[in-house]
Amino acid sequence: MEMPTSTGIPNRKLAMWTFIGSECMLFGSLIATYLIYKGRSLVGPYPDELLNIPFITVTTFVLLMSSLMMVLALSAVQRGDRRMTKVWLFMTPLLGLVFLAGQYIEFSHFVHEGLGLSRNLFSSTFFVLTGTHGAHVAGGVLWLGTLWGLAMTGRLSEKNTVSVEIAGLYWHFVDVVWIVLFTIIYLLQ
Amino acid sequence: MATSETAVSGVGPLAEQEHEGTYAGGLWSWLTTVDHKRIGILYFVTGFLFLLIAGVEGELIRLQLARPENRLLDPEFYNQLFTMHGTTMVFFAGMPLIVAAFNIVVPLQIGARDVAFPRLNAFSYWVFLFAGVFLYASFFFGGAPDGGWFAYTPLTSKQYSPGTGIDFYVLALLLGGIGTIAGGVNFLVTIINMRAPGVRLMRMPLFTWMTFVTSVLILLAFPPLTVGLAFMLFDRMFDTVFFNAAAGGDPLLWQHLFWVFGHPEVYILILPAFGIVSDVIPTFSKKPLFGYPVVVFSGVLIAFLGFGVWVHHMFATGLGPIVNAVFGGATMLIAIPTGVKIFNWIATMWGGSLRFHPAMLFAVGLVATFVVGGISGVMHSSPPADLQQTDTYFVVAHFHYVLIGGTVFGLFSGFYYWFSKVTGRLLHEGLGKWHFWLTFLALNVTFFPMHFSGLLGQPRRTFTYAEGLGLETYNLISTIGALLFVVAFVPLIANLLYAWRRGGPAGPNPWDASTLEWTMSSPPPHYNFAVIPEVEARDPLWVRYDRETAPGEDVGARPLLQPEVPPKPVHMPSPSFWPLVLSVGLLIATIGFLTGLVVNLIGVGVTLIGLYGWAFEPAD
Repeated sequence: MEMPTSTGIPNRKLAMWTFIGSECMLFGSLIATYLIYKGRSLVGPYPDELLNIPFITVTTFVLLMSSLMMVLALSAVQRGDRRMTKVWLFMTPLLGLVFLAGQYIEFSHFVHEGLGLSRNLFSSTFFVLTGTHGAHVAGGVLWLGTLWGLAMTGRLSEKNTVSVEIAGLYWHFVDVVWIVLFTIIYLLQ
Repeated sequence: MATSETAVSGVGPLAEQEHEGTYAGGLWSWLTTVDHKRIGILYFVTGFLFLLIAGVEGELIRLQLARPENRLLDPEFYNQLFTMHGTTMVFFAGMPLIVAAFNIVVPLQIGARDVAFPRLNAFSYWVFLFAGVFLYASFFFGGAPDGGWFAYTPLTSKQYSPGTGIDFYVLALLLGGIGTIAGGVNFLVTIINMRAPGVRLMRMPLFTWMTFVTSVLILLAFPPLTVGLAFMLFDRMFDTVFFNAAAGGDPLLWQHLFWVFGHPEVYILILPAFGIVSDVIPTFSKKPLFGYPVVVFSGVLIAFLGFGVWVHHMFATGLGPIVNAVFGGATMLIAIPTGVKIFNWIATMWGGSLRFHPAMLFAVGLVATFVVGGISGVMHSSPPADLQQTDTYFVVAHFHYVLIGGTVFGLFSGFYYWFSKVTGRLLHEGLGKWHFWLTFLALNVTFFPMHFSGLLGQPRRTFTYAEGLGLETYNLISTIGALLFVVAFVPLIANLLYAWRRGGPAGPNPWDASTLEWTMSSPPPHYNFAVIPEVEARDPLWVRYDRETAPGEDVGARPLLQPEVPPKPVHMPSPSFWPLVLSVGLLIATIGFLTGLVVNLIGVGVTLIGLYGWAFEPAD
């Protein structure tokens, strides 16, 4: 399936790594902006009035578990276990969807409490930063859901290991970004 | 997979195969092409058209400034002109022409049959084209952007720029950035992974090396711009407060994000040009590049330092003496690897048997004029000097010396060098020399006087100036020089017509050059290499020449020369229209930001159709 390359690394996998390098600068710029503007909002509501750490800890745990599902999915594909491939490729995006639902609940709550997107510096930076991350999760859910659909219709086998592996690289990266965001937004108030 | 590269299909005799040396014709074949050479030609033609458009904008600016208190253009239109001139030259002329060279040359130099992701390559082109056309549509919908190519806030906030011009700027650059990053990924993977056996990193031609470095710069520099543009878009459309000082926001944040991108962007524009002359000068000196590893690492060092100097664009914003001193010092450091390169080029020519082909003239012209622009750059790396020079024509003189004397000269050098490889026809050398000397003259007549008008205090981006300030003569000379650029284009156009009607066949290696792109016929067959070459040295054609053929022996006797017909059938990627569908989807989604959510959603729908069509395109 994969053609020989100079380094032995499949092209698509190398492309994902280089893309992740580029994404680091994207999230780096967003995170830097969040940190620079931290505590500089002129009007409320302020973060300490709204951020619900226990709730987000639960959704964070769900997202981290989805990374575990991803590892299991790749392992199942690699050893040719079609049944478990279907299970884990279903669970990974499902947990991603649970995380997104949590984000939706959180955003709605903030807006309800008077923290719209344009309210203050906290709302602008918070919504754009976590929203960008949420969009990445949504893209990953779509991608993994498609792979699950392929698995269900019998079109995903050991030959497609790289396809699952690069989706996994992306998914783990998105999770790692969330660990950073969880730390700087929720834990380090 | 449609990206299958070196696989050899064993069915049918070659003559019956779809993919032989010749191309299918017709518009559809261009819309669906995934061939790096054809995409390179598309990039070149489009980039050249944008160069002409931005050139006309520059000429209009100079005509307005020809005499004091001129009323040829009104101030509003003048603002649009200098904004569009700069934006177009950087994003829609300079970069595409560079990417054209990446496309045409890099796979040939590393012994590959195409780039790593041929369809992604086509996608990059279509996105760039649509972004450029979208930007220019602004002229017909309420006026072009008028906030300068760097679009400083708060000038570009909704409050001070209520029209749609800035929205067009933001959206066009966001859209174009997607294609640029895709291109960065593509060329990085291509160079790391698609090299023929024996093409080790330290044997790669310098142009390929600088493409590698530039791709890294693109991947790391464009995301901060994307983030800054997204903030600006949100501030303008959804009332966020990122740059709103009244709500505690800091307009300087935009400058930081823009220049964290903007300074590496300068090296994205110049390093490929350095790569071109590093290939051209050895060819026309008949000597290997002097100090090859030093030239490579100087390029890497320039790129690395390029990320630590962005504040020198912001010395006048009051960040304090410590910050300014650190960034001033870092900026001066860049002169060292750049100077090293200059000396390496001179040492390459030293004692060589020089031939002043137009490609060589432009390369040597780069060495000379880039030094002028480089030295004025070192001058305003010093904050106290910069505070006098910033926002004056002195800075305009500086960056036109490095961008025309560097990037444009490098690109013209590459044009005269590789034109025959792409088309199979020779250009007229005499006309090429006229083109060089007229361009060289025009550059110096236009921009040298700006050093003086700048030091006298003439501000940039101001549509006119008062009489009696001593600026009249300098500005008149500059305008005459600008008109000389138009004259300089005449021999270039004449040369293209000459090559088209009467240009002789180029043969595989008209300049007796040393690298792999000169081993196959000109133009190269669809598959580039009938046999994937094996390389044993840095200048493979010259090394083999010394060892295995007598001097003066027929070129065709060289062992590395590609056979006319592949011994085995070559399997090449099939054309695909999905890159075009995906790009159209993104364009529609972009337009939606100006027309309404429904159009956004239609665009997202088309984008998804394009993505799935692409991903599930049957393997062939």
